[in-house]
Amino acid sequence: MTGQQFLQYIFSGITNGSIYALTALGFTLVYNATGIINFAQGELVMLGGLSAIGLYRAGLPLPLAFVGALIIVLIVAVMFEQLAIRPLMAKGVLAQVIATVGASLALRTAAMMIWGREALPLPPFSGDTPIRVLGASLTPQTLWVVGTTIVIVLALQFFYKRTLTGKAVRACAVNPLAARLMGVSYASVVLLSFAVSGVISAAGGAMVAPISFMSYSSGALLGLKGFAAATLGGLGNPLAAVFGGLTLGILEGLAVGLVSSGYKDAIAFVILLLVLFVRPQGLFGGRVVERE
Amino acid sequence: MRKSRKAVLTATSIAVLAVLLAVFLAACGATTTTSDAGSATETDQSLEPSGDPIVIGAVVSTTGPNAPLGEPERNTLELMEDKINAEGGVLGRPLKIVILDDQSNAKEAVTATQRLINQEKVVALIGASGSATTLAMKPIAAQAGIPQIAMAAGNTITDEPPLDWVWRVAPKDDLAVERACKYIAEDLGLKKIAVLYDENAFGSSGMAQIDEVKDVYGLEVVARESYKTDETDLTAQLTKLRGSNPEALVVWGTNPGPAVAAKNLKQLGWPLPYVGSHGIANFKFIELAGDAAEGVVFPSTKILFPQSITDEGQKQVIDTFISDYTERFGEAPNHFASHGWDAISLLVKAIEDAQDTKPDAIAAALNAISGFAGADGIFNYSPTNHDGLAVDDLIMVEIEDASWVLAQ
Repeated sequence: MTGQQFLQYIFSGITNGSIYALTALGFTLVYNATGIINFAQGELVMLGGLSAIGLYRAGLPLPLAFVGALIIVLIVAVMFEQLAIRPLMAKGVLAQVIATVGASLALRTAAMMIWGREALPLPPFSGDTPIRVLGASLTPQTLWVVGTTIVIVLALQFFYKRTLTGKAVRACAVNPLAARLMGVSYASVVLLSFAVSGVISAAGGAMVAPISFMSYSSGALLGLKGFAAATLGGLGNPLAAVFGGLTLGILEGLAVGLVSSGYKDAIAFVILLLVLFVRPQGLFGGRVVERE
Repeated sequence: MRKSRKAVLTATSIAVLAVLLAVFLAACGATTTTSDAGSATETDQSLEPSGDPIVIGAVVSTTGPNAPLGEPERNTLELMEDKINAEGGVLGRPLKIVILDDQSNAKEAVTATQRLINQEKVVALIGASGSATTLAMKPIAAQAGIPQIAMAAGNTITDEPPLDWVWRVAPKDDLAVERACKYIAEDLGLKKIAVLYDENAFGSSGMAQIDEVKDVYGLEVVARESYKTDETDLTAQLTKLRGSNPEALVVWGTNPGPAVAAKNLKQLGWPLPYVGSHGIANFKFIELAGDAAEGVVFPSTKILFPQSITDEGQKQVIDTFISDYTERFGEAPNHFASHGWDAISLLVKAIEDAQDTKPDAIAAALNAISGFAGADGIFNYSPTNHDGLAVDDLIMVEIEDASWVLAQ
């Protein structure tokens, strides 16, 4: 393997990894506040991508289509929480997790009926002239995805550490009962986390669509990889989710380069299982969600 | 109660992975499309069919990943059912085509086939859209002794037993691969190829076929890599292939993978001939790949280039088919649609030749068909050859200025 090839594998890993990271952020956010693993996370990303594509095709300029997608998915995520999660609040996390499985199927079917079954494209935000670094190349869209991820992580860090609402969310993660006793509205925190994770997923989907296209079935693979990334990094910590995504993407890229593309997923998932075996809280997780 | 989140995390992490995989694999939305045979009311001719309908069963994928194949097939079958009934039916009896959706899932294809044979009492079967679903139908049709017209391209459909009850209308992967290899060797004059293929049945059977015919055309496969249909970025695979310095790249898969590959190839700035499969013989590929689609070459049936057809009979068939289909569905038929046309036309021809609807009689009549001009090409069946088409029934098409031109 030459240095140039190595760099290209890393770039490919970053492209895929940043996509996984954006999906992983949504998982993290909901899990952090509620303990729910949202199986519909990949579908929210898909919905974001397809909404942006749909609005763009309807004639809206790209930035407006992007914002429109955020609003649509925000509404869907809030309705999802109100209709599927809220009524099951008393039944416990497991029932709510099952509800998210149902929601994922419902969203996928709805998307299929609205946008059809074939993949749809979205133009890249700033052209598709590749950026060349030492003989390897990267599309500008990848930088958009990476940039969006960084902005979201910084915003989340600020929100969690500096704002009262953010602190209330963290309080709920640490001890929901105590938080409620302190006057934090647990129901509002759950609603808020679904809403924010919806917006982040929509941003992710709209960012990713120019790279990999989007179809009603795209959410499944994105959800799977995003969840793997979130688990690898450590559920509950946004920064860890991003590192998890990038690690998973780069592992896959190198697996193609060093072994073969046929074994790529197997290698990535075996490493994930090994990591979980040694560190069940994930590579970077633990401190934030730790509670004994 | 959420007191032991750490324990829940450990346990669910692995369990959830498994469940997500299951959700990923499960198709959604079970729908059944049954076309009604009663829309032949516009008939103003005296050829009104009468008596019990002749029932033919079709299993196609109108949902799931193979929906882009199954939808035009279903459209065509519905179109042909109306058309045939309007023109007097088959043997003077109405034709009824019962169309079931297999959701691109082999297990559903099995259930649908059993239902068609046991409940609908069909005299012949059409299906399925994909190779895996077609192979799932095959043993059931063979056991029941019902002729099956396959619309999928996988080699094993007509290579592995049971073979007596299955005939094929789609060009076998053999043919498409052979056509592509012939083009690389004879038209481009190149020798060293790299192959990027989808890990599904379509891609991997294509890869196997390249290995089978490469020596005939003096080609050397210097590198091979694979991908999953929904994969987001293929630059890693392409970089690996590039390391072996091939002269041409063969990408064997269906949308959207080959479109991602074309974009990534352009991103890497790696100029080499891109030869795709017949799976990208649709406008979707151009829409997805955009500029990156320019110069891509793929094998196709002649329906993309009606003017390339030299046979008068086939020319007439295709012209009528294109105008009928376009009038009803507002878009030109692709070659999946033409598979549907050939499947039902060959069955109707066999039934009329046999003057009988018994499955054995239909089978014997199918084996006797020769020189039949269909939409895909000229069909010649025999008791030992259930692949009707030949390499010459395919053409190579190049993408130029976002449209198609003949590559020769």
